[in-house]
Amino acid sequence: MTTRDTILASIRRSLGVSGDEAPRRAAVAERLARHPHGVIPARGRREQERLAVFRSMVELAAGTVEEVARGDGVPAAVAAFLRAHNLPLAVRRGADARLDAMPWARERTLDVAVGPSDGSDLVALSHAFGAAAETGTLMLTSGADNPTTLNFLPDSHIVVLQASDIAGDYETLWGRLRERYGAGTMPRTVNWITGPSRSADIEQTLILGAHGPRRLHVIVVKE
Amino acid sequence: MSAPITSTRFKQNAREALADATLQQALKFVEVNFISRRREAAERLPEFEALRDAARDIKDHTLAHLDLYLEAYERRVQAAGGEVHFALTAEEARDIVLAICRQAGAKTVTKGKSMVSEEIGLNAHLAANGVTPIETDLGEYLIQIRGEMPSHIIAPAVHLTKDQIEADFRRVHAHLAPDRSLVEPTTMLTEARNVLRERFLAADVGITGANFLVAETGTSIIVTNEGNGDLTQTLPKVHIVLATIEKLVPTLEDATQLLRVLARSATGQEISVYSTFSTGPRRASDPDGPAEYHVVILDNGRSAMLGGAFQDMLRCIRCGACMNHCPIYHAVGGHAYGWVYPGPMGAVLTPSLIGIEEAGHLPNASTFCGRCEEVCPVRIPLPRMMRAWREREFERHLSPATVRSGLAFWAYFATRPRLYGAATAMAAFALGLIGRLRGRFRWLPLAQGWTRHRDFPAPEGSTFQAQWRRRKR
Amino acid sequence: MLAAETQSKRGARVGLFVTCLVDLIRPSVGFAAVKLLEDAGCTVEVPRQTCCGQPAFNSGDRATARAIAEQVIAAFEPYDYVVAPSGSCAGMVKVHYPELFHSDPDWLPRVDRFCAKTFELVSFLIDVLDVTDLAASFFGIVTYHDACSGLRELGIRAQPRRLLGRVKGLNLAEMRDADVCCGFGGTFCVKYPEISNAIVAKKADHIAATGAGTLLAGDLGCLMNMAGKLQRAGYVVRARHVAEVLAGMTDQPAIGESRRAAAKE
Repeated sequence: MTTRDTILASIRRSLGVSGDEAPRRAAVAERLARHPHGVIPARGRREQERLAVFRSMVELAAGTVEEVARGDGVPAAVAAFLRAHNLPLAVRRGADARLDAMPWARERTLDVAVGPSDGSDLVALSHAFGAAAETGTLMLTSGADNPTTLNFLPDSHIVVLQASDIAGDYETLWGRLRERYGAGTMPRTVNWITGPSRSADIEQTLILGAHGPRRLHVIVVKE
Repeated sequence: MSAPITSTRFKQNAREALADATLQQALKFVEVNFISRRREAAERLPEFEALRDAARDIKDHTLAHLDLYLEAYERRVQAAGGEVHFALTAEEARDIVLAICRQAGAKTVTKGKSMVSEEIGLNAHLAANGVTPIETDLGEYLIQIRGEMPSHIIAPAVHLTKDQIEADFRRVHAHLAPDRSLVEPTTMLTEARNVLRERFLAADVGITGANFLVAETGTSIIVTNEGNGDLTQTLPKVHIVLATIEKLVPTLEDATQLLRVLARSATGQEISVYSTFSTGPRRASDPDGPAEYHVVILDNGRSAMLGGAFQDMLRCIRCGACMNHCPIYHAVGGHAYGWVYPGPMGAVLTPSLIGIEEAGHLPNASTFCGRCEEVCPVRIPLPRMMRAWREREFERHLSPATVRSGLAFWAYFATRPRLYGAATAMAAFALGLIGRLRGRFRWLPLAQGWTRHRDFPAPEGSTFQAQWRRRKR
Repeated sequence: MLAAETQSKRGARVGLFVTCLVDLIRPSVGFAAVKLLEDAGCTVEVPRQTCCGQPAFNSGDRATARAIAEQVIAAFEPYDYVVAPSGSCAGMVKVHYPELFHSDPDWLPRVDRFCAKTFELVSFLIDVLDVTDLAASFFGIVTYHDACSGLRELGIRAQPRRLLGRVKGLNLAEMRDADVCCGFGGTFCVKYPEISNAIVAKKADHIAATGAGTLLAGDLGCLMNMAGKLQRAGYVVRARHVAEVLAGMTDQPAIGESRRAAAKE
């Protein structure tokens, strides 16, 4: 008997079941297939307030938010952010098509590198899969479009987000993820990111930039 | 770190903790900060109480079907290209992790915070076998350089003051210029960040715990504020998840319910900065991520808890709210409990894992004030289960003989009302007479536990029942 | 005009569960409880009694706790209500007696009926009898400690404050962490005396910081613990059971106070 079988047998013995009972199997199969929602906070429910709720929650988590009218305004916003924080005009991004389509050439002094980070980049740029207004949480998925290393290695992280991709709650985002990847299937990493990295381990003093980025800036594209 | 278990020395540990002025200073922060922040987070969310009920129900459902959800989980992990290893005991789990590290030719491994790794004594085992473990959670890093166990399940270095941390940094980071000021927490953090960044990039294997395992998708979830867990699991070529069987939840939606109460109960944050959902190794088209994904699922006594008096303890999501609110924890801190899990949850879980003979003090050192149960996000009836441990001790004659005989003596009278009435009348008269002048005793035989620190009031001289019967005549 | 239902409750026969500590250490609390109940129109009787069984229950001696519970139920069953000047004892009955009989279908309905008519004193006065006026007066600053069982098992928090608000001349100053344990915990304070001391020392400091001359609470065990520490620490704060103030019966010395010291007042 393998360890696996021993553990399962021990669980079944404790619960007083054989494991073959049809009602139990049906209950499990049903829950896995239907994945019912539980309690969803009302906070982000109203669509017209959603962006405002999202923004205030990001700021509560020490992130910053700006809005641009259209996608082609992003490069200028990125350059302005770097100048405002006295950062070199260089960012690294993934191969995300939405970022690709932006007019980076207009920012002639801005150096944009594409690919995963090896730790030597100061600023990374990602495009979010979506966001949940309820806590100001960004959802990012791994892959060549938005390499996961970009979310954690650089000192500052700029995330582009379509306003229409801001959901009220996390459950809506899971629904969209299932549509994209198929039921029961996930990318290697899904990150929920809420504000910059922080630690309170030294006398509970809050400090930003523990291991991940010390700055998180969200550019919301309204159109 | 694998320190010896000192739970049998709880009273001695507590005495030392009470006399430790630095610890007492650090503990003040715990009492003040965690409690107010949790309360504020709960007040900000109208659905909080409903979420606690939902969280409890999800865990109960999962535990009742744990065998089936484990099987489903295993299938999904394998479908995503990961490997699942089952371990019955701590020793088996250690050996599996070491074997994976050896196979990867690992010299150093980075670690995200994992209480299970403390439970099985993983770090010492790896180090003894030529693999260097490096803690990356700042609190764990701090205690690693001190050679200590964590004193809290989510804030492992909560017992340290700023001055102690600075002294440790100077001692261990030999490259620091002596005149470089480390007085500010920001500077110390930057120092830790720089040192650990090199380690992250060099590590061959990354080991994380798991807050939850999702059966629907074969996903492991970790939550951090620092991002250390993410660097641990993304940069090396091998990612090992170390988890125990009760971490299972059925679906992503179920995990979401639990995530909504976890950070709010733990630190008062709406949600942790990073909640990361990992499934399998990197895909063919991924530019980063580990090439191998292993999940080590450990039992270590938990399957035996199912179906019994302590099953509800398996609902625990390791938020730490119970210890944050516990007056005993505030007084003595986490190390006094002598093992990995302190506070009320430690008092209930530890005897299940290491035996009531070793851990007997833990469920006894409680006033049953009930604050723990009041704040537990999954509504575990902690005082009731501590009492259940006391019942087992009583049945097995494990309590001290003096306590048993004192109780038996009292019980003899308490079940014989007339005799009780006569005995108490005598006691009230005698003590009342002796104590009449001062009204109180500074010292009483058989009651030194009381009178060492407090005065004891003198009885009024006769019992209520005796006076009542005289009046009614 | 009182609603008819409240009117009839006020004529009820109450079995006073005096509690072992009040019986032995401070009978005046029992007499204060009697006065409050009689003033509200109840008839009070005191069947022969010992204890609610909590010391045995919390020490893991279920058999003794069960035997005592059967004794209590038998003695008090004949009454319309059972009232105790203690949240801890009332909580033992209401919350824990059903646990003692949970596998006993014969006893359970009887136990449930019994629990339903058992109340802590202040909760009984407010929640059942709807008492709004007290004849009492008490001039001074008092502070109030919320004993754990009464608070968390029985939800008693607003009721004592409401009644204290009806006492003429009384000034209530809330202490910091009024709802935090005082460190008594029954046998805990003698099994782990140093930890208990650390907890009650904090409590004593919070009490003294209010500037109150009197400490009140609804549980004598807690009061003895806090009074003992206040005295040992040299704080000049008198401790009484809240029933004594509500009944206007504060002539006798405070807890642990000598007659001479009380006479000086």
